[in-house]
Amino acid sequence: MLDVGRHPHIDLMAYSEVEAVGGQSGDFKVTVRRKARYVEEDRCTGCGACKEKCPTVLPDAFNEGLGTRKAIYSWFAQGIPSTHTIDPAHCRQLNGKKCGICQKVCQAEAINFDQKDRMVELEVGAIIAATGYTVFDPSQIPEYQYREIPNVITAIEFERLLSASGPTGGHLHRPSDLMVEAEIAALKKDVNKSEKVLSKYEEKYDEPSSAFYEAYQKGEYQGDADRAKWAERYEAHLGLAGPLERLKKEAEGFDVAKRLAFIQCVGSRDFRFYPFCSGFCCMHSIKEAIIANEHERETTSVVFGMDIRAVGKGFEEYKVRGGNQSGISYIRGRVAEITEGPGRNPVVTYEDTRERKVASREFDLVILATACAPGHGVGRLAEILGIELNRFGFFKTGTSQPLDTTRPGIFACGCAHGPMDIPESVAQASGAAARAAQVVTAAGLRKAS
Amino acid sequence: MSGKETQEDGLRIGVFICDCGSNIAGHLDCSAVTAYAATLPGVVYAKENLYTCSEAGIDEIQKGIKEHKLNRVVVASCSPRTHQPLFQNSCAAAQLNPYLFEMANIRDQCSWVHMQERENATQKAKDLVRMAVSKAAFLEPQQDIEASLNPRVLVIGGGVAGLSAAGSLADMGLDVVLVEREPEPGGLLRQINRLSPYGEKASDRVAEMTASVASRPNVTVYLGSRVEEVGGYIGNFEITIRPEGGDALREKVGCIVAATGAVPLKPEGLYGYDAKRVITQIELEERLLKGPMDARRVVMIQCVGARCAEREYCSRICCQIAVKNARLIREQDPEAQVHILYRDMQMYGTENEQMLWDARGEGVRFDVFSPDQPPVVKEDRVQFFRQLTGETMDIPCDLVVLSTPLIPSEGAQALSQLLRVPVDQNGFFLEAHAKLRPLDFATDGIFVCGSARYPANVEEAVSQGLGASSRIATILFKDKLITSAIVADIDPETCVGCMGCMEMCPYEAISYVPEENICTVNTVLCKGCGCCAAACPSHSASLKGFKPEQLLSQIRAI
Repeated sequence: MLDVGRHPHIDLMAYSEVEAVGGQSGDFKVTVRRKARYVEEDRCTGCGACKEKCPTVLPDAFNEGLGTRKAIYSWFAQGIPSTHTIDPAHCRQLNGKKCGICQKVCQAEAINFDQKDRMVELEVGAIIAATGYTVFDPSQIPEYQYREIPNVITAIEFERLLSASGPTGGHLHRPSDLMVEAEIAALKKDVNKSEKVLSKYEEKYDEPSSAFYEAYQKGEYQGDADRAKWAERYEAHLGLAGPLERLKKEAEGFDVAKRLAFIQCVGSRDFRFYPFCSGFCCMHSIKEAIIANEHERETTSVVFGMDIRAVGKGFEEYKVRGGNQSGISYIRGRVAEITEGPGRNPVVTYEDTRERKVASREFDLVILATACAPGHGVGRLAEILGIELNRFGFFKTGTSQPLDTTRPGIFACGCAHGPMDIPESVAQASGAAARAAQVVTAAGLRKAS
Repeated sequence: MSGKETQEDGLRIGVFICDCGSNIAGHLDCSAVTAYAATLPGVVYAKENLYTCSEAGIDEIQKGIKEHKLNRVVVASCSPRTHQPLFQNSCAAAQLNPYLFEMANIRDQCSWVHMQERENATQKAKDLVRMAVSKAAFLEPQQDIEASLNPRVLVIGGGVAGLSAAGSLADMGLDVVLVEREPEPGGLLRQINRLSPYGEKASDRVAEMTASVASRPNVTVYLGSRVEEVGGYIGNFEITIRPEGGDALREKVGCIVAATGAVPLKPEGLYGYDAKRVITQIELEERLLKGPMDARRVVMIQCVGARCAEREYCSRICCQIAVKNARLIREQDPEAQVHILYRDMQMYGTENEQMLWDARGEGVRFDVFSPDQPPVVKEDRVQFFRQLTGETMDIPCDLVVLSTPLIPSEGAQALSQLLRVPVDQNGFFLEAHAKLRPLDFATDGIFVCGSARYPANVEEAVSQGLGASSRIATILFKDKLITSAIVADIDPETCVGCMGCMEMCPYEAISYVPEENICTVNTVLCKGCGCCAAACPSHSASLKGFKPEQLLSQIRAI
């Protein structure tokens, strides 16, 4: 990424979209919308002072909503270009409220609330579509209850939990536990507030609230409006402190997730959604199980799959090693249902086709290996580019020239071409670059020097 | 803030301390560090910047070089990984040799890790700056290394990957030398009947690709020939090619592609293989090519000689081949019964999985077996334990087809030695990085594609051939090769020719000169890792920019 960012022959236009493509192979005219960041890219040094002071807290999409970001943000820490962006839907200033704090703290004077989308015209010889894929939304599968059971998560959410720079610092805290802890934090805040109020009364009347309240309930202080308010406050306080104590007690028993279930083919190889195989999910499940085990040696994982497709270089060996050394077992079968058991533990019901039995098993955390769905907006992009999609919703490509789309001079690679893993994507990307270079060379546009 | 005017040894070091907004200045006292830097020996100028990497910061460096006649520049800021090239280029633009630049990382390695300890962090930053300044005093100007590039490429192997690479290279205007061991190009594809998923004739594809490569004026094809010797290095390889029974030919090329493919394993001794009634998929392809077969009941067994103790890997494409052939058998004879016994159906991706569903729908039978209880091939049937029902089952058949893995082609090992590139534990060529550089070797100028790397289907081999060609274009589209001057150097006066460094060098950059009994570094191949310098018992090998006196001065400054 860094190499691309500072390559003298690459003009990187992040936060931009292609709006129109005219011309033909060797001589395309492309209209690109450079969306307003409200931050001058060439001035911003990426220091991050703005986001520290920004008062608007939002769920962080990069961390799959498991963490938070501000209304001015960078997508992730190492992103290229190293700049920030204001989220126009949530920025106070851009929504007519008084704020502008980021502008005040930015020493590079990079904030520009008046920035507008800009249209840029490009003249290029060839086009490569490498728009990737979209993670399938598993809430469409009712039997897996992805939205209903907090400890059923997607593989990409699990990746963020596993990441040392992620929202949990790499520790496998369960989402249900994180929710309780967030609730405790919020309650604590409220309890502190109400304690402050109560202490004023206690000082004023020189009596602890509990003793006062006992007397008050016995009918003392009739008609004393101030004390009635005290009683009211105290009741409200009890309404907060009780649940807080209960939650705290519950949280004492929390542990990191150590029994993991990985469910394969969630949305893939499924006629209701995508009939194809997403190709890389078996491997990322195995990888995630191995990393979880490296992080916490007691962790065990079960991978539920119809076939375990470890088909790349070294992959089968990796799978076997995961089984032998990282506490992974593989069960052949499709999971029928996930329900919630005691302790918010997900319970997986499945058929083990090797053992010929239907069984249920309890886990701490269930991870769904979601399908590699064609990218959002790929239909519109295909229209703009004037190319066709195949029957699976990816860019249609040729047989003898597998990286050529249906329009000369436009090429596709990576998961926009079809589901594939990193080495395949990288190899294809180089291949697409070769096809593009051929077009440009043929068009007589001088060789890059 | 300006410091002393001159130093007796002519050193004029400028130090630039970066606040990085609040990233550094928020956690340590940058002004104190700057004041301290100005007092260090050799320092004539020290300046604090809000952002050294901003336009204003770069201007400050260039102004400093001019106004204070700086002959060394030290920047104390962030990571050299991200910013050293920028600062070095800025020095060069101000007429200061970029190798007279040194960097201290007072952000990632100081302010960020000591956020709660302002005083200690300030002290550490001073230490880091003092170390950098000490080293800077010993820096020497260097010149980037330039080498010529021959815009000609050797492609070894005329299979689908090699043909794809050759055609693509030729289309990009590079000259290609294609060497194929067999008398005809096409590789494994020549034995194949039809291609999945659309049933295109393999021979048509071979003919199309061969004709297309042959028609290009800038491709020279040597059929029935082998690469006998490889000398030289990136940009200037010298190749000896030996045609069968002919005289050796010499070729000079700038880059090399290894596209030697793979061959199907002959499963001698497995499942009663006899090449008659028990055959391999490739033998089935040959039969299908000849026309309708007499076998009407066929059993295919997957993973024969693969995913087992002696050959752990999955050969990736055998399941696709089996399903393709099962459907073709039934296309020729709709009454034919085909039963595939498998461990996992490896039908990854869109079209493969679709083909699996189609095959099931058309009546091809599939059953799982466990490697603990493999099927048994008998006289007129195959017996296997069917896990799904827990019963032992007999499938009557008149033909058994074994799906065997692709194994490295004969000669891959020898070629790896000629090219001085590694193979993996299975004998396939080992790329530079499994994920990020799948088509490169660690040795510059040599690339790999197709089944020589790992079993690949036609589409994958074609894509990889294109990919390798583009990796080469990134080198040979340039007029000359420019590499960093940070390379090893062996002093011929003190070298005793023990060759200890040669063993350590991961890039084959050191060679032995027998006439002088010394070792010498090829600066074009050297990546500046310093292994040789660490290994040399006579201290003859050293790394430019990291010489003992430079490193020791830095260490002694702590």
